[in-house]
Amino acid sequence: MLTSGIILLAGSLLSPNPGLIFWTALTFVIVLVILKKIAWGPILNALEEREKGIQSSIDRAHQAKDESEAILRKNRELLAKADAESDRIIREGKDYAEKLRTDFTDKAQAEAKKMIALAKDEIEQEKRRALDVLRNEVADLAVQGAQKIIKTVLDADMQKKIVDGMIQDLSTKRN
Amino acid sequence: MKLVNVIRVKALFKVIAILVPLALNFNSLVAAPTVSSVVTSQNTVTAPAVEAGHGDAKAAPEEEKAGEVIMHHILDNNVYYFDPFGEVHLPKIPPIAGIDISITKHVVMLWIVSAALLIVFSIVGGKYKNMTPRNAPKGLANAMEALVEFIRVDVAKSNIGHGYEKHLPYLLTVFFFILFCNLLGLIPYGATATGNVNVTLTLSVFTFFVTQIAAFKAHGVKGYLQHLTAGTHWSLWIIMVPIEIIGQFTKPFALTVRLFANMTAGHIIILSLIFISFILKSYIVAIAVSVPFAIFIYLLELFVAFLQAFVFTMLSALFIGLATAHEGHDEHEVAATAHH
Repeated sequence: MLTSGIILLAGSLLSPNPGLIFWTALTFVIVLVILKKIAWGPILNALEEREKGIQSSIDRAHQAKDESEAILRKNRELLAKADAESDRIIREGKDYAEKLRTDFTDKAQAEAKKMIALAKDEIEQEKRRALDVLRNEVADLAVQGAQKIIKTVLDADMQKKIVDGMIQDLSTKRN
Repeated sequence: MKLVNVIRVKALFKVIAILVPLALNFNSLVAAPTVSSVVTSQNTVTAPAVEAGHGDAKAAPEEEKAGEVIMHHILDNNVYYFDPFGEVHLPKIPPIAGIDISITKHVVMLWIVSAALLIVFSIVGGKYKNMTPRNAPKGLANAMEALVEFIRVDVAKSNIGHGYEKHLPYLLTVFFFILFCNLLGLIPYGATATGNVNVTLTLSVFTFFVTQIAAFKAHGVKGYLQHLTAGTHWSLWIIMVPIEIIGQFTKPFALTVRLFANMTAGHIIILSLIFISFILKSYIVAIAVSVPFAIFIYLLELFVAFLQAFVFTMLSALFIGLATAHEGHDEHEVAATAHH
């Protein structure tokens, strides 16, 4: 209690001191002027520059993002176009191949038909020739048979046998 | 983990085993330091033993002495004491124009603060001079930049608004000046210059002038005078004008008293807590009450040192912002938006 009373009553706590006021003002003004020159100027400039730098970096980043998005969009468009193009080419190729295939098969079939027809003609000719040969053969055989018959005893039975045998020979050969 | 705990507990027991007998025995048997030789030398607080009975009888005068010692620590003086190493008698300058401008303890502290400020910020400023926006600040420059940036953005920009750059050097200087004064007042042998009402008064007067000049620049003489009427009807001017004029002066007055009282009060509390142990002549009180509480208040004072520097700067910026605010513009904008 007494202590606080003394502090309150001391009075000198609030007593004015013009000398101190003078020195405070002088010191403060000098410090203000010097600090403004050596510290606040460079620091605030640096801070402002950095602020601007950050802002411009952000702006540039946004710009780059927009640009890249545009490029991406363009790329997508190109890709879609390329896809369509490739689809078209494949389809055309397929169509062409189909056409080619049908052409070839048609041609091959025609060729085959022609060849078959030729083969048939040839077979016919061969057959005719073979019949001619056979006819000659048969005539020769008949002549030979006649010779044999004439050479051996002219027996009726025998003759009949010979003729039968000849006919049988003919039929087998013909077959 | 457990081993460490065991060791800690053992160490704690040892400390208690040493301290408790000391605290109990020495108190009653040998001596306790008291404040007795304050009046004669005023630079020593410990004194030879005084018996318990005597101490009780002298309780009241000793309290007075404690008060004197505390006041002696807080008040300005022409002698700088370095107890117990000696004292420095500061030079007396003959009065100029009836003003005694002798160097005092607080003037010396102001100069020490100024020197510290100049050293710190010449280093920091030098670093910033050859720094490109690509370099990041390091160490001291980084620490100071945090504070500068805080004052710039959160104090100046948000309170003053447009044209805050003009007032930044003043606000920054006042912030760091007060901060360094507060902090240097907390170290041993330091004195708190901001705990002197003359110093805080001077700083507030600077704020007052800055505010008034800013108001004149922003509104012109006519606008300034209109501002004094607070936009009321002319019949109310006889009341409003004095109130507004008084209001101009209460702001710096509040600044003065706030800073001075805060810094002084903290020191008085710390010193009083220490003096409790001397008044009660007890080591137990010293260990259990004085030292822990004084440490607590000291840490609080560290916080208050920053807080009061911030508050002073903040209010200065606020006053400047209020003085330069274009109220008319806001009204026009409101009207314009209302038309739309």
